[in-house]
Amino acid sequence: MSPQVLIDGIIAGSTIGLGAIGLTLTYAILRFANFTHGDFLAWGAYMTLTVSGFLGGLLAGLGIGDPLGPFSFGWGLPLSLLAGMALTVLLTLGLDKVLFGRLRRRGADAIIIVMASFGASMALRSLLEFIFTANPAYFTRELQIAQKIGMGMRATPDQMLTVGLTAVLVIVLHVFVTRSSTGRAMRAVSENPGLAGVYGLDVQKVIRVTWIIGAGLACFAGVMSGLLVQIRPYMGFDLLLPLFAAAILGGIGSIPGAMLGGLIIGLAEAVTVQVVGAEWRAGVAFVVLVLVLILRPSGLFGRRV
Amino acid sequence: MEYLAYGAFFLTIAMTYALICLGLNVQWGQTGLFNVGVAAFVGAGAYTSGLFTTPAVVDRLGGFDLPIWIGWIAAALVGGVLSFLVGALTIRMRTDYLAITTFGIAITLQLAFQNLEWLTGGVFGMSFIPRAFGELQGRAIAFNMSNLALSAAMVFAVYLLLQHLMRSPWGRVLRAVREDETAAQSMGKNPVSLRLQAFVLGGAIMGLAGAVQAHFIGFIAPANYLPMMTFQVWAMLIVGGSGNNWGAILGAVLVWAIWALSGSIISEVFPADQQARAASLQIVVIGVMLCLILLWRPQGILPEARTSSRHLGKRSDKGPKP
Amino acid sequence: MSLLRVRDFSAGYETDLPIVKHVDMDISQGEAVCILGPNGAGKSTLIKAIAGQVRCLGGSVYLADDDITHAPSHALARRGLGFVPQTENIFTQMTIRENMQIAAELLPKARRAGQMQRLFDMFPDLKARPNTLAGALSGGQRQMLAAARALLTEPEVLILDEPSAGLSPKLVGQVFETLRQIRAAGVTLVLVEQNVRAALDLTERALVLVDGRLAHDGPTGALRDGKLLGELFLGSRHAEEEV
Repeated sequence: MSPQVLIDGIIAGSTIGLGAIGLTLTYAILRFANFTHGDFLAWGAYMTLTVSGFLGGLLAGLGIGDPLGPFSFGWGLPLSLLAGMALTVLLTLGLDKVLFGRLRRRGADAIIIVMASFGASMALRSLLEFIFTANPAYFTRELQIAQKIGMGMRATPDQMLTVGLTAVLVIVLHVFVTRSSTGRAMRAVSENPGLAGVYGLDVQKVIRVTWIIGAGLACFAGVMSGLLVQIRPYMGFDLLLPLFAAAILGGIGSIPGAMLGGLIIGLAEAVTVQVVGAEWRAGVAFVVLVLVLILRPSGLFGRRV
Repeated sequence: MEYLAYGAFFLTIAMTYALICLGLNVQWGQTGLFNVGVAAFVGAGAYTSGLFTTPAVVDRLGGFDLPIWIGWIAAALVGGVLSFLVGALTIRMRTDYLAITTFGIAITLQLAFQNLEWLTGGVFGMSFIPRAFGELQGRAIAFNMSNLALSAAMVFAVYLLLQHLMRSPWGRVLRAVREDETAAQSMGKNPVSLRLQAFVLGGAIMGLAGAVQAHFIGFIAPANYLPMMTFQVWAMLIVGGSGNNWGAILGAVLVWAIWALSGSIISEVFPADQQARAASLQIVVIGVMLCLILLWRPQGILPEARTSSRHLGKRSDKGPKP
Repeated sequence: MSLLRVRDFSAGYETDLPIVKHVDMDISQGEAVCILGPNGAGKSTLIKAIAGQVRCLGGSVYLADDDITHAPSHALARRGLGFVPQTENIFTQMTIRENMQIAAELLPKARRAGQMQRLFDMFPDLKARPNTLAGALSGGQRQMLAAARALLTEPEVLILDEPSAGLSPKLVGQVFETLRQIRAAGVTLVLVEQNVRAALDLTERALVLVDGRLAHDGPTGALRDGKLLGELFLGSRHAEEEV
């Protein structure tokens, strides 16, 4: 087995991990399995693509449209990403206001909210297909050459950048959740929302912050996937099972857990592609999920279920 | 006259969906389990029945040439066994873990349908599945009508069976477990075992439905058993009325009608090269409809024939206050 | 001066099923009041409703001049009402310090450190190991933490739901000693209690709730021999006695 498997696994695992962090946070604090989360990734990618389409012409006109350094993208992408993240936040907050929040206020069982998220995810995904067609799209036409990074592995500058940024994001988030007052509030609400109110915490505000963080991460992960692979309407849905598996493997509510879960699944997928064949890749996350549920349902860093 | 043939064809397909909905109703309406992988159980039944009944084919296991009814029984058994495996793993846990696991089963099984060519025929699927009333195939009306009669009879039979079960002691205990698990436990009932039984029964019905569908069409492929099907069936059940068997049947016919109607509107309105794109609008419509029903009339058109179902009720007051 | 004024107050979990029925309650600044009653009388529901945890079905609640009837639960700590639930009253998966920090953040920045120090001095057991997970604490220590957290914001009224529940007699003594100290510091106390003896020793006024209604409101002296209380609990006496 070639060592390339390691870097391939880390790259794929980073996307899964980032998406899983957003999913695990909403799962822990809003207390439902959100089937729309995958589509937040896809919508994030598409909205960023749309903005970058507008920006592209503008920036080229200003003479700053060229790719930055060794990367395949210019200033257009990071700027569009910021806009894309803002738009994804609006999407999730809007969906919560119109659908999930209403069901919550009515006292609906969590499983009904899960069902609604399933319906919303099909609608959102198909809306993307309707607007953009099922044809794959790309952020950039620039081709990248994979460079040697030692130990027989190769990676493109784009790939190395995204892995690096992921690591930074995870560290920042972990510090935020463990040390900041908002982080404490989030942990409190995830343990006991009623008691959080007694302690003086505004649970609605914590819910909003959770959606915002989840949406931002989802957009980032979507753009990452879109940049490194391609953008298609089903990109988020295809990641949904790995996202769930990673979140459950890591332990619901744990940020390091979700990231570690993502990396493990990414590596397992890379190994499977090499050893068994690419056509079985989508089944790996399921195998991991079943193993976790049999052996340790609370996950690596989770509370006892 | 061709409308008659088409009408019969449409209704027969609707009846097979009604069968799936009845199975799902046992799992959801009576037991509160959210199965997000319906397509897997339906597909497993279809492929099983196909395997047992198709003539010999190169490169693929087959040639048993058994009668159709044997295929159907095998399909129900496979549906049941598959449900047992999935259920045994997750029924003890929170219902959303069951949802996620069934979701995973659907994806994995679809992958298996696609990749295990020696068993399933791969992407090309299985053809020449023997059709009931096959000797009438030349005459569209007679063929479709006979099959309609057969599938309607199946629906009716399963409906009677389920109604009988729901009124039996078993059905009462199941409802007791759904309404108040602790109370049921204190009376010596085992909630996990009961839920598992209901889950297996529902899965067996789904497997059977898959076989009935497969034999009517005569041909199956992995692309028939996508999450799309799961989604359609859920929309049917929720719209029609979860917890109510008539609701399941009504929902199947109604949503299938909406689907077929919107499909033909789209093919009229949109130019040929935009068809695939426009088809996704159908899904948007169904998805939005599902969410609206959950918001405004969660009990569906025909609500359960008793006081409101537990899963439409309140959470414990540990949840976030509005 | 009336601090907590409850008028014609009804509350419950479902709109058509009130558990607390038309209760009137008037608590003055500096008082220590206990709420007694048989099981299921609605004592806990009453204070949970005042604290915004259970739905108010009618009537009003005033804290000084502030109408807090429909105020959201999280606003009450800031407005001067502290509440200590009976069970699950601390975050077991966070440290002692973190539990306190959440409460401290309700105060202006300048006062936080000072208040934290003051409360830690008041509860040396907590001061000794501030970075322990609250879940690792004993029953008595958990009640200490729950009370310390509620006191951090210097509430005008502190409402406690059965602080002695599940504790050994020695610990009950410790808890009530702490409550005496809190009382001495000028905090108005409202206490729901099953341990009638300890409650009557600590407080000077008792409200008795029977079947959701106020059956008695008067000085604790009249209840000490147990006879009146017995009659109220068992339903042979319904009169309200005013001082």
